[in-house]
Amino acid sequence: MAAAVPLAVLALLLLGPGGWGYAEPLRDSLREELVITPLPSGDVAATFQFRTRWDSDLLQEEVSHYRLFPKALGQLISKYSLRELHLSLTQGFWRTRYWGPPFLQAPSGAELWVWFQDTVTDVDKSWKELSNILSGIFCASLNFIDSSNTVTPTASFKPLGLANGTDHYFLRYAVLPREVVCTENLTPWKKLLPCSSKAGLSVLLKADRLFHTSYHSQAVHIRPVCRNARCTSVSWELRQTLSVVFDAFVTGQGKKDWSLFRMFSRTLTEPCPLASESRVYVDITSSSQDNETLEVNPPPLTTYQDVILGTRKTYAVYDLLDMAVISSSRNLNIQLKWKRPLENGYIHYQPAQDRLQPHLLEMLIQLPANSVSKVSIQFERALLKWTEYTPDPNHGFYVSPSVISALVPSMVAAKPVDWEESPLFSSLFPVSDSSSYFVRLYTEPLLVSLPTPDFSMPYNVICLTCTVVAVCYGSFYNLLTRTFHIEEPSTGGLAKRLANLIRRARGVPPL
Amino acid sequence: VPPEVVRGKRAALYFAAVAIVLGLPIWWKTTETYRAPLPYSEISGLNALQLRLMVPITVVFTRESVPLDDQEKLPFTVVHEREIPLKYKMKIKCRFQKAYRRALDHEEEALSRGSVQEAETTLAEPQEQAEGSLTVYVISEHSSLLPQDRMSYIGPKRTAVVRGIMHREAFNIIGRRIIQVAQAMSLTEDVLAAALADHLPEDKWSSDKRRPLKSSLGYEITFSLLNPDPKSHDVYWDIEGAVRRYVRPFLNALSAVGNFSVDSQILYYAVLGVNPRFDPASSSYYLAAHSLPHVINPVESRLGSSAASLYPVLNFLLYVPELAHSPLYIQDKDGAPVATNAFHSPRWGGIMVYNVDPKAYNASELPVKVEVDIVRVMEVFLAQLRLLFGIAQPQVPPKCLFSGPQSEGLMAWELDRLLWARSVENLATATTTLTSLAQLLGKISNIVIKDDVASEVYKAVAAVQKAAEELASGHLASAFVASQEAVTSSERAFFDPSLLHLLYFPDDQKFAIYIPLFLPMAVPILLSLVKIFLETRKSWKKPEKTD
Repeated sequence: MAAAVPLAVLALLLLGPGGWGYAEPLRDSLREELVITPLPSGDVAATFQFRTRWDSDLLQEEVSHYRLFPKALGQLISKYSLRELHLSLTQGFWRTRYWGPPFLQAPSGAELWVWFQDTVTDVDKSWKELSNILSGIFCASLNFIDSSNTVTPTASFKPLGLANGTDHYFLRYAVLPREVVCTENLTPWKKLLPCSSKAGLSVLLKADRLFHTSYHSQAVHIRPVCRNARCTSVSWELRQTLSVVFDAFVTGQGKKDWSLFRMFSRTLTEPCPLASESRVYVDITSSSQDNETLEVNPPPLTTYQDVILGTRKTYAVYDLLDMAVISSSRNLNIQLKWKRPLENGYIHYQPAQDRLQPHLLEMLIQLPANSVSKVSIQFERALLKWTEYTPDPNHGFYVSPSVISALVPSMVAAKPVDWEESPLFSSLFPVSDSSSYFVRLYTEPLLVSLPTPDFSMPYNVICLTCTVVAVCYGSFYNLLTRTFHIEEPSTGGLAKRLANLIRRARGVPPL
Repeated sequence: VPPEVVRGKRAALYFAAVAIVLGLPIWWKTTETYRAPLPYSEISGLNALQLRLMVPITVVFTRESVPLDDQEKLPFTVVHEREIPLKYKMKIKCRFQKAYRRALDHEEEALSRGSVQEAETTLAEPQEQAEGSLTVYVISEHSSLLPQDRMSYIGPKRTAVVRGIMHREAFNIIGRRIIQVAQAMSLTEDVLAAALADHLPEDKWSSDKRRPLKSSLGYEITFSLLNPDPKSHDVYWDIEGAVRRYVRPFLNALSAVGNFSVDSQILYYAVLGVNPRFDPASSSYYLAAHSLPHVINPVESRLGSSAASLYPVLNFLLYVPELAHSPLYIQDKDGAPVATNAFHSPRWGGIMVYNVDPKAYNASELPVKVEVDIVRVMEVFLAQLRLLFGIAQPQVPPKCLFSGPQSEGLMAWELDRLLWARSVENLATATTTLTSLAQLLGKISNIVIKDDVASEVYKAVAAVQKAAEELASGHLASAFVASQEAVTSSERAFFDPSLLHLLYFPDDQKFAIYIPLFLPMAVPILLSLVKIFLETRKSWKKPEKTD
């Protein structure tokens, strides 16, 4: 803004006092919740949910006044007559085989499905405009949603909220699997939270940690719900959910222990003053089953038991609104330690940075006898920048060999020898224990053929077709315009003269 | 000549003929860019447009206002025209067209009432006056309608009252008074200059002069309550009631200018971008005038863009400073605290700092319940809204009684003034847009001009001309509508995406694709043509030699 002008004199407008409105009971409420689940594979899943409920009928009021409900989304509901909106942006894939069933799974990329009110006449037009606006709000490429990737499911995707008619004509569904989710999608999502990222659970939402994970899924769900038990009127519910799966091995140097600070690089310091409920649940099911294999610190005041997704679960509950939880140490850093180390292993993984450093994966494994261990790494074939291709790109690119360093138990116990006197070939590697010896093995280098583009294909095609056309045309032209007539041999051609020369040399009469 | 040679020659000629007669036109036609014809001459004519803004004034004489013989020889109309000097290519002339008549019976009766307000309500009842027109009543010199020291009265509607005089030169004196009043109530030079601020050269209206909001079809008004410290302050504001009681009436009065939508929101943990300074003398915090521009940008990211419409947004922020920084005052350039504790930024909106009563902290523990005095806040916001729209404080001529606005906070003639300014601004914008579009299309020859773009251009030109005509004949409302149409059509033409289709198609690539085909085909044709030409010339020369 270029200029700001202080408002100096104001005696022009004198408004008469109106009737004083007494403070009404608040019509909106906020609940926030974080569930931390140690996964069977050793990873840790964290699921945030922020629920804003607003007892207002957005569709009928001309002037809208927002408190906790974000204005940007409220305007969308009233302008496009939405009944339900579900948007999720996901990076990675929830691996049910290793991680167990998720609370709410979402497909990789962006998914949007919307139920419109049955007053909407041109659903496709509203859908197009809505996806464009959502793409602006969440900085995602939702504007690529068009008729070619939109479907209207007839059996699935029934409304999740209050609905009196389910005419699937008012449903639109689209998925953009290519969408890459990153910080610029998280920032607008965080801005919709009433406490922004200043207080409460949202303090933990630090972008550089949330995207350093194996799975990241953020979602917005808007739906109408019943305001009371008899469902006489409608309220709007906005649920913002965020699930992440932390790779505990990478962040925890091979240990499965975790703490809030280690995962999010933040701790909880104060509850959001606007929230009516603010809780952290930690899954300690294995603790109650396997006789105290893990320890949660600080010890929870209450626990909660329920059957979730078909299994009985136990959660340690921390209520941030309870003064005792935070006030003891001024912040809350929930820590979980496994008492018995589950296996003697070590994994160190250093991911590559493009054009700067390669991947490094080190594993310390104890191999049982007569066993086969397979280490497989998935990789993606990518196109390099065109200047980075070698002169013979079709030859392929080399991946350096992997190394196995092992202490192999010896069949025969060797007697301890003096270093200086033993032959040189037997004393390269120092051996501390005589019952085993050291070997280092290398595998073959790997030759990977990467896709190579054809750098000049389009122009070649143009030139080739033009040449073919020109050649055809040229011969036609010659055929039609040239005149052909038989020429009487006067002195004869070059061949005849040569033949006569040879004939004369041989003494044969010329032709 | 052998017949084979003739046949070959004829074939070559046919080839050349087919290539020229058929090939060239097909190639030309298929690669041509479609350019619909545009009214270039009319667009360049718009540049030198002469705007005549007519203000129809009805002057009504009561019985004893002027000497009788003067009343006898009243002319029907008098035109008073003057040029408004602006450094702008568009010439703007303002003409006051005064139509004289004697008062009708019911008007005489109304003007003989006790107070001027009473007279006005009785007069206003029969018919609503058209936008832009004025009615001036000339009353007798000794009438008790006005206080004795006042010579004229300006009402909230489109009426004014001027005291008459019994004098030989009565007619001229009253004429001068009428013009004085009419100029205060209708368009003046600075109103138009502010409206044309974007189009005038910088030296005349530098950027620190206040610039009113750009003309648009509609506006969105957002009231935001910023509470950076919800742990200490639990703020409640009755914004719904305030909008209903104060904002809506004002916007209804302004409804001729555009559509308005109003909403409000509360933002928590939203802080200003500037750390206020501590003033130990008064143990308060202050924001210096030079730091005010830096306040807005960080806040703006939290305000949220208005996703649902394309209209410009006006933001009004009520900032309740956090406990650690209160009380907070805004200082002006001289270092004195601003009485209203508010400031505004042209074309963006206004910010008011609302300090919590320090007594509240003693009574109870945190958070303190704060109920905003919404009347005080709305007074500031409505005044800022007037300033943002460029509704200046009226300049009252000397010895004039001034009524002040009615409950809605806007006088009818202020609305007229705004409509005039907006019409002129719209016309200037539309003309500039059309001129630059015409220039651009003339300069770059491979821009496609589709039919719908052309029709928008024609529509815009027609609307500009219609608006100018309506202004000249004094129909302000329809002129304003036409000027809005002109802007909408011209911008729709200018920003049509089809104009960009072929813009970035360079010539060298075109030739790289043409040459492999065209060169091998053209060379034999040209060579054989040259050969035929040489041979025919030789055969023409031969007969001459034999002669």
